[in-house]
Amino acid sequence: MAKVIVFIEQREGKAKKASFELVAASAAAGNETHAVIIGDSVTAIANEAAQYGANKIHLVQDAGLKLYSAESYARALTTAIKSLSPEIVLAAHTPMGKELMPTVSVQVDGALATDCTSLAFSGGKLQAKRPVYSGKAMVEVEFLGSGIQMATVRPNALGLPKPDTSKTADASNISVDLSGLKTKILEVVKGNSARPDVTEAAIVVSGGRSLKSAENFKILEDLADTVGAAVGASRAAVDAGFRPHRDQVGQTGKVVSPTCYIACGISGAIQHLAGMRTSKVIVAINSDPQAPIFQIADYGVVGDLFQVVPALTNEFKKIKE
Amino acid sequence: MNLYVCIKQVPDTETKIKVNGDASGIDTTGIKWIMSSYDEFGVEEALRLKEKNAGATVTVVSAGPDRVVETLRTALAMGADNAIHVELPETADSAMTAKALAATLKKEAKVDLVFFGKEALDDGASQVPQLVAAHMDIPAVTVVCGIEYAGTTLKCKREIEGGSFEMVEVSAPAVIAGSKGLNEPRYATLPNIMKAKKKEVKAVKLADIGVSSADQKVKMKNLQLPPPKQAGKKIDGDAAAQAHGLAVALHNEAKVI
Repeated sequence: MAKVIVFIEQREGKAKKASFELVAASAAAGNETHAVIIGDSVTAIANEAAQYGANKIHLVQDAGLKLYSAESYARALTTAIKSLSPEIVLAAHTPMGKELMPTVSVQVDGALATDCTSLAFSGGKLQAKRPVYSGKAMVEVEFLGSGIQMATVRPNALGLPKPDTSKTADASNISVDLSGLKTKILEVVKGNSARPDVTEAAIVVSGGRSLKSAENFKILEDLADTVGAAVGASRAAVDAGFRPHRDQVGQTGKVVSPTCYIACGISGAIQHLAGMRTSKVIVAINSDPQAPIFQIADYGVVGDLFQVVPALTNEFKKIKE
Repeated sequence: MNLYVCIKQVPDTETKIKVNGDASGIDTTGIKWIMSSYDEFGVEEALRLKEKNAGATVTVVSAGPDRVVETLRTALAMGADNAIHVELPETADSAMTAKALAATLKKEAKVDLVFFGKEALDDGASQVPQLVAAHMDIPAVTVVCGIEYAGTTLKCKREIEGGSFEMVEVSAPAVIAGSKGLNEPRYATLPNIMKAKKKEVKAVKLADIGVSSADQKVKMKNLQLPPPKQAGKKIDGDAAAQAHGLAVALHNEAKVI
């Protein structure tokens, strides 16, 4: 058993599911699990953290923490770590977690492994595995020395159990000195996408150059919206201008691990496979039976995506009804 | 204006990974090495700043075995003025690498901005820029896809999830980790490649900056290739039958949708 801190990431008072995956995994291993929530007026998240298994909730609240900045949040998390003295600190490997945790690791002199896809707790020791070369290989991480062991974990990698809604939080406050900050957050410009982000979605529907145009991605968007998926793209599709770079899956784009990845008209270049091969179930729809994507697909459909994808959307609409 | 860019040499993304003898890393035989592509945005950004600011210098720094000098020369050929090679063993982790880079930068007379790529294409750790900034006690902004400069103040556009952006203001000295969108990196011209071959690359030994393997925080072991996947299920028939079969498989069998 170890004392574990999980950083609960929130934006606008809404917590990330990926943070609760970590709470649940730590609690399931029998650890003394502390959730640290940083922000302004974020008390409502405390019960949620308790319902996923956190034993104790610590709120670091300040008007100056309303918007995330690496510097202010590092100050807050470091303060919490120094006051709680945990053996292990966990955060989700998200745009916030991956910027924040290295800074904190220096401030608390901890050892950090980022982008882990599995964790094991043994006594006070953390064991982690992570992909390298964008998923072309996996390594085990050994934490050296006796300092705090820290890890960021890829969203969806551990899975989210059902919360126990009967639980309420045992919460307390930690205060932080925010004077002398050098970083200023001017504003957050919100994207107009109603769909989840490719790195966080449980289902990703991805398209390649065979989609032939940006407009044709509509059929993938329809499928994605029917099943609550994100829309991804291959590098070829992004280079052709069909989708923005932020949707690119692969070694020079985003690396994803959804529970289901549906590759439509993607042949499966080595860099693309690297970016999605840790997905739990892989579906390939492609007209070329020799396409390398079929070698890693759990379900393969050799056919015309312009016919199969809309038909698939209709099938899921029927299932949803 | 003293501009620095930390660059990393990584295997070309086409590389097929092979495990080395003790599974501590990859077999590097026959690998084609390149500059990690996000680092090119850092080099380009520094070069553009230099072009707008008379008297500015761009120094590229790379930590790693002797082969990284080749990548430093690529950056010199792009237009960097100076290069520093920090002699670091292949097995160094992010913590040791960052400590060595920060210690090297601290020995420089004055550092205004330090550019990086947002992550390296090999370990994808996204740690070193933030670690270096923390060791130097200066702010870091990562995943930066646009910068407006006003004197020593930088207004950075940082990409986050869902197509959203944070607008972050910092003043030099600062660390900036660049991403796609920041600029279009230039190619080196042949005359510049020839000239870069003759430029001096300063070597820094770990002993000179007080860094050792004791600064290593984690160790990678048991590198493994992903297990070969079993042959998947092929779903036949016309488009309607395939769509039906696939929906049933995903909903009832795999239970993922």
